[in-house]
Amino acid sequence: MSDVADRVKKIVVEHLGVEEGKVVEGASFIDDLGADSLDTVELVMAFEEEFGIEIPDDAAENIQTFGDAVKFINDAKEA
Amino acid sequence: MFDLSGKSALVTGASGGIGGAIAKALHGAGATVGLSGTREAPLQELAAELGERAHVLPCNLSDLDAVEALPKQAAEAMGAVDILVNNAGITRDNLFMRMSDDEWNSVLSVNLTSSMKLCKGVMRGMMKARWGRIVNISSIVGATGNPGQANYAASKAGMIGMGKSLAYEVASRGITVNAIAPGFIATAMTDKLTDDQKEKINVQIPAARMGTPEEIAAAVLYLSSPEAGYVTGATLHVNGGMAMI
Repeated sequence: MSDVADRVKKIVVEHLGVEEGKVVEGASFIDDLGADSLDTVELVMAFEEEFGIEIPDDAAENIQTFGDAVKFINDAKEA
Repeated sequence: MFDLSGKSALVTGASGGIGGAIAKALHGAGATVGLSGTREAPLQELAAELGERAHVLPCNLSDLDAVEALPKQAAEAMGAVDILVNNAGITRDNLFMRMSDDEWNSVLSVNLTSSMKLCKGVMRGMMKARWGRIVNISSIVGATGNPGQANYAASKAGMIGMGKSLAYEVASRGITVNAIAPGFIATAMTDKLTDDQKEKINVQIPAARMGTPEEIAAAVLYLSSPEAGYVTGATLHVNGGMAMI
């Protein structure tokens, strides 16, 4: 697993208080990991800080799953 | 009674009578204060009077780019914004039938839209800190209406509705959002009234007098305090009994 995925997973586990094993590629923050809509805003804030990137609101709305987040951050870091 | 040591508060309209009294009350309870307003001279005067823990942050709230920059400037100056008091407001009174779009838009923009933008700008820091206090200074006319003030009343009622919605969203993060609805308070704004108008007003107030800026400031201090942590989405009417709602 990539370094980005590990760091994202750590944030998700800490913030949502879920088991690491549940944080899989297709896991939806809201449907599978028990996040409410405000949690997803806070997760995006945490990702921005961890990776020193900016995630615009329209992009943030499309980050629904753990996999979405990892992909977005990988793309943003390469750009 | 209330201790705000270590907290930082941004107060808009601090050059005015009520805003100045609010800044003094929060500062007196130990908070660091960011004094915002359009006119810099009275802000500098107030800062000099308060001494330490006071920062002057001029901002013209009719310039929405400047509004957007203000929370960041405040956080840089004070380290954080734990308390936001949206106090600044303008009036452009006219009969509804004669009210121009410009009179409507400017009042809505300064009173309501700038409050929304400032709430948004401070929210990130408050959410991370799991603590925050927002106090919107609304008005009795936001609840009762007032002839000649459709724009002002709409903006002040809007602050209450906006604040309640935001209060719902962020209550679980330790952030409270409340409104204070002053009645008639003796300030430069009410000084413009004629003696005859003032007399008519006093007759309608059970307390038989206008309120003081300090009486509004005391309400702000309470709602900003750690002790008011369970009060959110509320509108505190401070009006001498003029409207018991």
